[in-house]
Amino acid sequence: MSTVANKIQDVFNEPGCEINQAKGAKERKKGCSKALQPGGAAGGCAFDGAKIALQPITDVAHLVHGPIACEGNSWDNRHSSSSGSKLYRMSFTTDMSEQDVIFGGEKRLWKSIKEIVDKYAPPAVFVYQTCVPAMIGDDIDAVCKKASEKFGTPCIPVQAPGFVGSKSLGNKLGGEALLDHVIGTQEPDYTTPYDINIIGEYNLVGELWQVKPLLDELGIRILASISGDAKYHEVARSHRAKAAMMVCSRAMINVARKMEERYGIPFFEGSFYGIGDMSDTLRQMAALLVKQGAPDDIIARTEAVIEREEKKAWAAIATFRERLLGKRVLLITGGVKSWSMVAALQEGGMEIAGTSVKKSTKEDKDKIKEIMGQDAHMIEDMKPREMYAMLKSAKADIMLSGGRSQFVALKAKMPWLDINQERHYAYAGYVGMVELVRQIDKALSNPVWQQVRTAAPWDEVSWEERADEANAADAAALAANAEAKTKADRAKILCNCSGVETGFVEDIIRANKLTRAEDVAGYVKIGTGCKSCAPHLDALLERINGTDVVPANSNKAA
Amino acid sequence: MARVELSKKACSVNPLKMSQPIGGALAFLGLNKCMPLLHGSQGCTSFGLVLFVRHFREAIPMQTTAMSEVSTVLGGFENVEQAILTIANRTKPEVIGICSTGVTEVKGDDVDGFLKLVRQNHPELDHIKLVYVSTPDFEGALEDGWRKAVTRMVEQLVDTPPPGAAREPNRVNILPGSHLTPGDLDELRDICEAFGLEPTFLPDLSGSLDGHMPEDFTPTTIGGASVNDIAGMGRAAFTIAIGEQMREAAVALEAKTGVPFRVFDRLTGLAPNDALMALLMKISGRPAPNKIKRQRSQLLDAMLDGHFSFGGKTIAVGAEPDLLYGITSFLTEMGATVGAAVTSTQSPILHKVPVEEVLVGDLEDFEHRAKGMDLLVTHSHGRQASERLRIPLFRYGLPTFDRLGAAHRVSVGYRGTRSLIFDIGNVFMSELHEATPDTWADNLASHREGSHDDTQTAAH
Repeated sequence: MSTVANKIQDVFNEPGCEINQAKGAKERKKGCSKALQPGGAAGGCAFDGAKIALQPITDVAHLVHGPIACEGNSWDNRHSSSSGSKLYRMSFTTDMSEQDVIFGGEKRLWKSIKEIVDKYAPPAVFVYQTCVPAMIGDDIDAVCKKASEKFGTPCIPVQAPGFVGSKSLGNKLGGEALLDHVIGTQEPDYTTPYDINIIGEYNLVGELWQVKPLLDELGIRILASISGDAKYHEVARSHRAKAAMMVCSRAMINVARKMEERYGIPFFEGSFYGIGDMSDTLRQMAALLVKQGAPDDIIARTEAVIEREEKKAWAAIATFRERLLGKRVLLITGGVKSWSMVAALQEGGMEIAGTSVKKSTKEDKDKIKEIMGQDAHMIEDMKPREMYAMLKSAKADIMLSGGRSQFVALKAKMPWLDINQERHYAYAGYVGMVELVRQIDKALSNPVWQQVRTAAPWDEVSWEERADEANAADAAALAANAEAKTKADRAKILCNCSGVETGFVEDIIRANKLTRAEDVAGYVKIGTGCKSCAPHLDALLERINGTDVVPANSNKAA
Repeated sequence: MARVELSKKACSVNPLKMSQPIGGALAFLGLNKCMPLLHGSQGCTSFGLVLFVRHFREAIPMQTTAMSEVSTVLGGFENVEQAILTIANRTKPEVIGICSTGVTEVKGDDVDGFLKLVRQNHPELDHIKLVYVSTPDFEGALEDGWRKAVTRMVEQLVDTPPPGAAREPNRVNILPGSHLTPGDLDELRDICEAFGLEPTFLPDLSGSLDGHMPEDFTPTTIGGASVNDIAGMGRAAFTIAIGEQMREAAVALEAKTGVPFRVFDRLTGLAPNDALMALLMKISGRPAPNKIKRQRSQLLDAMLDGHFSFGGKTIAVGAEPDLLYGITSFLTEMGATVGAAVTSTQSPILHKVPVEEVLVGDLEDFEHRAKGMDLLVTHSHGRQASERLRIPLFRYGLPTFDRLGAAHRVSVGYRGTRSLIFDIGNVFMSELHEATPDTWADNLASHREGSHDDTQTAAH
């Protein structure tokens, strides 16, 4: 257990993560995720995150040590593709029984590893720790160590029982397992000046293959993808790469950063989504390789490929662009996709009605503002009814989200497109962008929308009208009751980063007669994160003090 | 009389089984205005939720007590209390159905005790029913969780009628097993109503997970058995339980209310439906309606048309006990042989499955035994075995995530049995190969070569 605790501490100390570094030592210890709320949480757990991050390594056996729930309820649920071995699609679990819980599950784990090695002879077995064996004290590190020696097959313990935290923490813990036990354990047959690692790309529905042909053309070799379409030996040899790309998300920043520290492999953060971002990524990749000693003719070749591919992609999109121009999109996703998709959609001629920032970092939020301007409608967390109101009031034409919120759109008879893990279409690179636009066009132009929106012959009031009425009634009730309205206004979150309510800030301003945003920050931690609250804070100061205030972010401040 | 064997492997490969707590949660999804709550880590709920979304293609209300490492060690009371309060505030349910998980069972949380304390501390929650069921992940399977949850619902939600209270002769209770789909329940409702009977289903997935456009935004379940309906089940004339798993609940209901019951171990096939109709005639005092008579005649015709396709076929079946029993009996009655029967958990019904051996095992065992057969019947996870063995797969049971309409498949009643003949028969018909001059020569050659596995994963 202590090893897990140490690992988590280590991950929270991640110097590559500015958010963690901005915290005090004590606060950092608590970790980066907000405490999960009983009765109000629905995301995955750390085990889920670790499995997601590592399962795309295709030729190893992924063995889940725990009762049937962890694997039996979840296997075969992601479309991460493989160009070779299919072993990763098979499911292995110790399926612990009550006997194992009472007497300990190590013996069953040991036998399970042996059975897998005997039957399937994989290059490695990844062993995932889950809550129940962690609680009863099964030492998977020790079992793996012994099994590796005895069976001659590397057994990799993955310390990420579900209850230690969220899915994103699990991604990082999965990365730690690679850093501790896999990366650097084998040597490549040969290296080239163009060897790169791609970190944090899982090859969902084969997205890596939308990009790889371009890299092949440029002579850039993916030494290891961590972990989409990866083979065990590729990950084991990845420490000899010249440079690395961290794909969007900060999910595996610890892997990128520690490989830089240990093996001197510099990395950049890039995205495969959207034409502009794709081109930037290729440029950065080429530039970083040259900086690392590759011949510099690759830069000109990269520019030529970019020019050719962009031209091709725009031509392909042009046919759709006319029909999609001005269509409004509601984007409910998390993390990096909240901005990388925005850029992509704007390139397709569409407007953004709103984008969610639920799992986004400060950098993600900054990027959204950069792309969409200060008016960017960023949505923190939403109830289905609010999402519906949003779809109506923002006059969105389509919602893009993950599978779990699809029914909010579909039941509201709104077009919807899956852009998360369970999707069946690939959207990476230049060709992926064309595919995304094609899919949006397909969804929007389906004649089914006209039909499903017609009223039944016996219907007097549609449920949409009833919902609108209910929303209007709520608003009217608030407007009529001054006290309730004030209370509701005061309860509104002013700063999403720190979760501070408007009323709280208002009281501080009044009590201390504050006039400047900077002064407010002295009393309460506000406006120091993504700064999207700055205009609201200014408006609040203005409302309380009149117009003579110094705006936030002004250089006039000390 | 089947012999029941237990797999001797330490490692379960390609599980057929799903966990008890989500079986309990699924049962709670058949109550109206209910929020199922799993007392465990976030992932326990999240995995079940995703599984049900993929199968039903509906929004699934399900919550978690979000146990962290610290609360798991120090105690779960606060998490349970906070979860109930949050759910009560946010979603205003009539029932919260609470299932324990492996992690909270190992810790030994006394949830019954917790709930007493919650009741003491929060009289404002008196109007919300709290039903708790113990469902550790390291025992049993989905069917067991469902069984236990329904029994608890009967014990906690059904009122005992006052002594001498009159029964309502046209009301019947139906206790459906976890293997029945919302479509099956709709079919049974139609059948009962054809006899002038009013059925109350417990639980009733046909109201909540039948894929309809909702009337309103409700974060809880929409439709299903209401607390009121359940309370009044003691006034019914008779209880029909479907599946051996529902015997426990039927016995509990009789003990509490005196309503007599009969357990139908299956409702797929001609004979069990004849028995059902005879019972409904008796309860209602009415003759069988013409519609039902006609359906029986259509089933007989379908059996005759279909027996050409089923006769002599060898089939491998992997399913939870009651589903396994129903489909295996049906296939056998149509002239096929079930050559491999694999199931997820123990049940008294397993001995009655018309095969030599039933194995409590996984889909690796299933795949191993299914080599050379004509058809695989199991849930969508059988698709990999189907690819590797090059044997067609008929998707049956939960989860069916790669086909539309899983919730609406009907295989009970005369009509449901008929459509099952068509669906499976059509798989056989589409697999018919036209003979060529080399057909039999090739056949001999392939016998000499042995199996045609080509992936490294098949290295058994």
